[in-house]
Amino acid sequence: MNYSEQEIEELKEKAREIRRLIIQMLVHAGSGHPGGSLSAVEIMTALFFKKLNCRPNQIDWPERDRVHFSKGHACPLLYALLSKLGYFPQEELWNLRKLHSSLQGHPDRRTPGVEVSSGSLGQGLSVAVGMALAGRLDRRGYKVYCLLGDGEVQEGEVWEAAMSASFFRLSNLCAILDYNKFQIDGRIREVMDIEPIVKKWEAFGWSVIEIDGHNFTQILSAFETFEAEKEKPTIIVAHTIKGKGVSFMENVGDFHGRAPTEEEGKRALLELEGDG
Amino acid sequence: MQYQRDVYGRTLVEIGRENRDVVVLDADLSSSTRTSFFAKEFPERFFNMGVAEQNMMAVAAGLASCGKIVFVSTFALFATGRAWDQIRNTICYNNFDVKIVATHSGISVGADGASHQALEDIALMRVIPQMKVIVPADSIQTRQAVLSAVKERGPVYIRLGRPKVEDLEERRFEIGKANVLREGEDVSIIACGVMVKHSLEAAKILSREGIQARVVNMSTIKPIDEKIVLECARQTKGVVTAEEHSIIGGLGGAVSEVIAEFAPGKRVKRVGVKDKFGQSGEPAELMREYGLGKEDIVEAAREICRS
Repeated sequence: MNYSEQEIEELKEKAREIRRLIIQMLVHAGSGHPGGSLSAVEIMTALFFKKLNCRPNQIDWPERDRVHFSKGHACPLLYALLSKLGYFPQEELWNLRKLHSSLQGHPDRRTPGVEVSSGSLGQGLSVAVGMALAGRLDRRGYKVYCLLGDGEVQEGEVWEAAMSASFFRLSNLCAILDYNKFQIDGRIREVMDIEPIVKKWEAFGWSVIEIDGHNFTQILSAFETFEAEKEKPTIIVAHTIKGKGVSFMENVGDFHGRAPTEEEGKRALLELEGDG
Repeated sequence: MQYQRDVYGRTLVEIGRENRDVVVLDADLSSSTRTSFFAKEFPERFFNMGVAEQNMMAVAAGLASCGKIVFVSTFALFATGRAWDQIRNTICYNNFDVKIVATHSGISVGADGASHQALEDIALMRVIPQMKVIVPADSIQTRQAVLSAVKERGPVYIRLGRPKVEDLEERRFEIGKANVLREGEDVSIIACGVMVKHSLEAAKILSREGIQARVVNMSTIKPIDEKIVLECARQTKGVVTAEEHSIIGGLGGAVSEVIAEFAPGKRVKRVGVKDKFGQSGEPAELMREYGLGKEDIVEAAREICRS
C-alpha cells in the first residue's frame, strides 16, 4: 500500500504531539525514561495509527491485535498513544508514577489497553509468543507486536523465546527492536555488544527487516512485509536515535532514566512546537 | 501405592476433555511429569518448550492473557528457582490462570542428588502475592488439587513428589482448608505431603507412650488455615510441623508466623531439612539421614510434651 505525502505529514505531526505528551508527562512525574520512549515514537505511532486493529471502547475484544511493550520503561510512549486512541482521558497522563494512579512506572494491567505487565526485561517476547500461540489455537487472525529494547536482548530468555517463535512458525508475531545504541551504563557496544544482531536473528530463523526507525515510509513498508509473511516470525531491526526529537537529549546516555527538569521540559517543548 | 504424577497426568486428560481452553506446557520432562498423557490426547494444545523454563513461564502468561488456563510442569527446582522472576512479575503480578504443577520435589528425588532436590520451593512460591501453594498428601488429594486449581482464579502452585505414595483414608479437600485426621489433646502435628503419613504413624507410637497427638493435614500452605493452626496451638501443649522441605520458609515457617503473632508463647518444633543441601541416596535412607522419619516427629512431639 502506498501512503500519500499528506498521510506521512500527518503521521509526523502525530509523532510531534506524542513527543510533547511524553515530555510533559515526565516533567509532571519527576522521574521516568525519556530516551527510550522518544526513540520509538515513529515506529509505534505508525503502528498505532495505521496498523493496529483495536477497539478502545471494547478492550477485551477477542480479535484485537496485541501490542506488548517488553521494554516497559518506554511506557510514557505507550500511555501517550493509548490516550490519543481514546483508551482513557488525556488528563490521566499527568498522574504518571503517582500513588494510586492507573499509570504505573512500568506497564500494569490496571491501565486500559495494557495486555500484560512488563518492566523486568527479557520476558516480553515470551509473552508475545504465548499470545501468538493462543491466536493460532483459537483460529483468530490477530497479529502480535512486541517492542524490544536493544540492551534488553542481552537477556538470555529473549533467545529462548526467539528459538521457540521460529520453531512454532509464528508468522503472526512481529518483534520490533528499538536499536538506539544505548543502555543505562553507556553505549551498547561498550557495555555488552549485541552485534552482529541481524545475523543473530536470521540464525534463529526469523525474517529480519532492517530500517531507519524514524522514517515513516520505511516503517510502514516493514509492517507490510510482516503482514505478507506466512512462514516465519518477523523482527524489524529499527535503527533509532536515543532521545530523538529533542536536540539536547539525542544520544545523551544520561536521559535514559532521568526525567527532564521543568526548565529542560520548556526547552524541549519549544523545539517540538516547530516542524522539526 | 501410586505415583502422584500418574494421577496428575490422568486428571489433566480428564480436564482437557471438559475444557478446550486448557493448554499444557512442559520443559522437556513430559515423560517424567506425565504431561505426556495430555500431549498424546491433545497434541495441538500441548507445547514442549524444550529446556527453557524462563521462556515457558512467560509464554504461559501470554497464553493466559488470551483466556487460556495453562498448566505448566517441570521438576520443582527448575519451575520455581530457574523461573522465579517470570512467575512473580509476569504470572502472579497479572493474576493469570497459570497452574504450576511441579514434580520431583524434596529429598525423596533420591539418587539424582542435591541439584535436583527442591527443598526451597514452598518458600519461593509462598512469598509471592496472589500465588496459592498446595502440597497434596497422596494421589487422591493430587486429583482434587488439580481439579480445584482449574476452578480457582489466578496462579496456583501444586507440589508433587517423585516416589509412589500410599493413599490416606481422607477424602476431603478444599483449597485453604486443613483437615484434622486424628484427634488428640496433648500435642499437635501439622504436616504436609508425604510427611502426613509419617505423622499418622508417629501419632500411633506416641499413643503407646500415653501421648495423644492431633494430626493435621495442611494441604494448602497458602492461604494457610489459621483457624486450625490456632486451635492446635491453644488446645494442645504445642505444635510440631513436618515437611519434606527446608525448615525455613515452608510449612514450619508459615505455622510459626501464625503462632508467633496470634498465640505467642506456644511452642513450635519444626521437622524438616535443617538448612542444608541434600545428596544422592535411596529416598528412604535420605529421609532418615535428613531427619524426616517418623522417629524425628515422635522425638519432637515428646520434647514439646516434656517442656
